[in-house]
Amino acid sequence: MAVNSKEGLSPAGIALIGIVLLALLALTIAIARFHWGAWNLILAMAIATVKLILIALYFMRLRYSGRTLWVFAAAGFFWLLILVGLSLSDYLTRRGPY
Amino acid sequence: MNNIASMPASPPAEAARLPARHYLNEAHTLRSWFLTTDHKRIALLFLASITVFFLIAGVAALLMRLELLTPEGDLVQAETYNRLFTLHGVLMVWFFLIPSIPTVLGNFAIPMMLGARDLAFPRLNLISWYLFVGGGTLTLYSLIKGGVDTGWTFYTPYSTLYSNSAVLSTVAGVFVSGFSSILTGLNFIVTIHTLRARGLTWFRLPLFIWSMYATSLILVLATPVLAITLLLLAMERFFGFGFFDPRLGGDPLLFQHLFWFYSHPAVYIMILPGMGVVSELVAAFSRRRVFGYKVVAFSSLAIAVYGFLVWGHHMFVAGQSPYAGLVFSALSYLVAIPSAIKVFNWTATLYKGDISLDTPMLYALGFIGLFTIGGLTGLFLAALGLDVHLTDTYFVVAHFHFIMVGGMVMGYLGGIHYWWPKISGRLYTEWMGRFSAITAFVGFNLTFLPQFLAGYLGMPRRYWAYAPEYQVLNVMSTLGASILGVAYAFPLIYLTWSFWKGQVAGPNPWEATGLEWRTPSPPPTHNFETPPRVTGEAYERSHAARGEA
Ligand SMILES: [Cu+2]
Repeated sequence: MAVNSKEGLSPAGIALIGIVLLALLALTIAIARFHWGAWNLILAMAIATVKLILIALYFMRLRYSGRTLWVFAAAGFFWLLILVGLSLSDYLTRRGPY
Repeated sequence: MNNIASMPASPPAEAARLPARHYLNEAHTLRSWFLTTDHKRIALLFLASITVFFLIAGVAALLMRLELLTPEGDLVQAETYNRLFTLHGVLMVWFFLIPSIPTVLGNFAIPMMLGARDLAFPRLNLISWYLFVGGGTLTLYSLIKGGVDTGWTFYTPYSTLYSNSAVLSTVAGVFVSGFSSILTGLNFIVTIHTLRARGLTWFRLPLFIWSMYATSLILVLATPVLAITLLLLAMERFFGFGFFDPRLGGDPLLFQHLFWFYSHPAVYIMILPGMGVVSELVAAFSRRRVFGYKVVAFSSLAIAVYGFLVWGHHMFVAGQSPYAGLVFSALSYLVAIPSAIKVFNWTATLYKGDISLDTPMLYALGFIGLFTIGGLTGLFLAALGLDVHLTDTYFVVAHFHFIMVGGMVMGYLGGIHYWWPKISGRLYTEWMGRFSAITAFVGFNLTFLPQFLAGYLGMPRRYWAYAPEYQVLNVMSTLGASILGVAYAFPLIYLTWSFWKGQVAGPNPWEATGLEWRTPSPPPTHNFETPPRVTGEAYERSHAARGEA
């Protein structure tokens, strides 16, 4: 079963993705200087999601990988959802002074 | 039950000889051990290292039990006692229980059970050992030289703000050894996916492989969260970042959420491999297929998944919202289902089986009984109301020792005794093995059954002194611990002796069915002279007889 194929980005392509990631980092820092209320969080998270997708697809080579690896990567995200979701079952339902 | 064999399973009739060349005598240099990529040799490196950690942590336990012989705090100071239980917990959990079956028995047996020459990434396997030993040495040094008094859970804000002990370097060692776990889990997953022998389909895999697969999933999915949590802790303690300290805008319970998101599944990292071993042992010594093979296989995966949904049951009285408590309590009961499936199916396998009570089987039966008690008392603790009374008492201590020591250590020793003839090529003295298994069972119960009572009556854990009315129970417990000490020390002696002097075992002394028994003992470096082919189901006896080479 071929889980992995050899092809991937050229060095120039990798450098390009790296530059895009750094640009997105700069954008995050720039946005943090403004005070837009809830939008700060939403924008920061949106940028982080784009970065995450780029890293997963190219640096972690998911784009060039077989289905099995996709399943494992999806499982990783699903587990993260469990961690965040069930933790929120505490934080979102707290009452009182804390 | 009158067909119980009283003799060790059929020692070979004619005097067997060791094979001329095998993985142990391939080379004798230090380099051939410390730079080996042979999974069998790496398994032995792990065996030696975790045994050292086990002994040190065991001595700490005996010192604590000695202190608790009398109600007054007289043997050690309170501070020393805190350091002892921290050392005991940290070493036992991360440097013995979690690595034990995967890195020793898993490493040794998985490639052979699959009919493979080695794991998928042999060098990664060696790196895993170096990370383990490196992290372990750092932690051990910190615990003994500096001393840590936080308990193995490193709860904030005590660990970040108040504790004047070597928290940082201890945590760093655990952090490093966590990567050993991740690499081992990764290695096993890829190996099981890609290196199965021809004809070895998923539903023909031995149940030990299924349980190791489930364990590896937890290792890979949970351990990074521990690493992140410990990193946050270090950043708060060292740089003053506010993650857990309310004065800095943090939340102390966040640490507990993150920590237990790893550490509850970690309990299944410890117990699932034990269950896998017991499935092998029950099948081998009842001479039957495991009853309901597929259900047992899937219950391992179910335990791995459910294990991630219940961590909040450690926080019922910690200040978590009552609604979250309710959710976690209900989810915790779910875990009982796959666990019970396993226990019932093992029992059903015994029914009308051709049972022989050899040493590994005695350990397996001990596992089933003690794990059942440990599991059922877990239901008490998962009940919201009852937990308020039982939290932080000896009831909890007894509960998790039934799972981890009664269950896990029994499974580990059963597995060691089962695969020992394959590892060493030789047999240990059977009565010594049986004596140790029975002594461990007796000593274990004498140690921990009284702790259920003490806890139920209200004796709190983690104190070096206690109210005089608990003394009788504590004396029993200390007595049991010393018996347990003998039961654990004895195998160390006779197994070591048998490694060089024991009677030669032959390829398959137990007449068991797995692929690992179809190659000489000890196996050649590449495991099989010709790659095996599988044509029958797991544990199928007629097939095993045919496949005998
Ligand atoms: Cu738990």
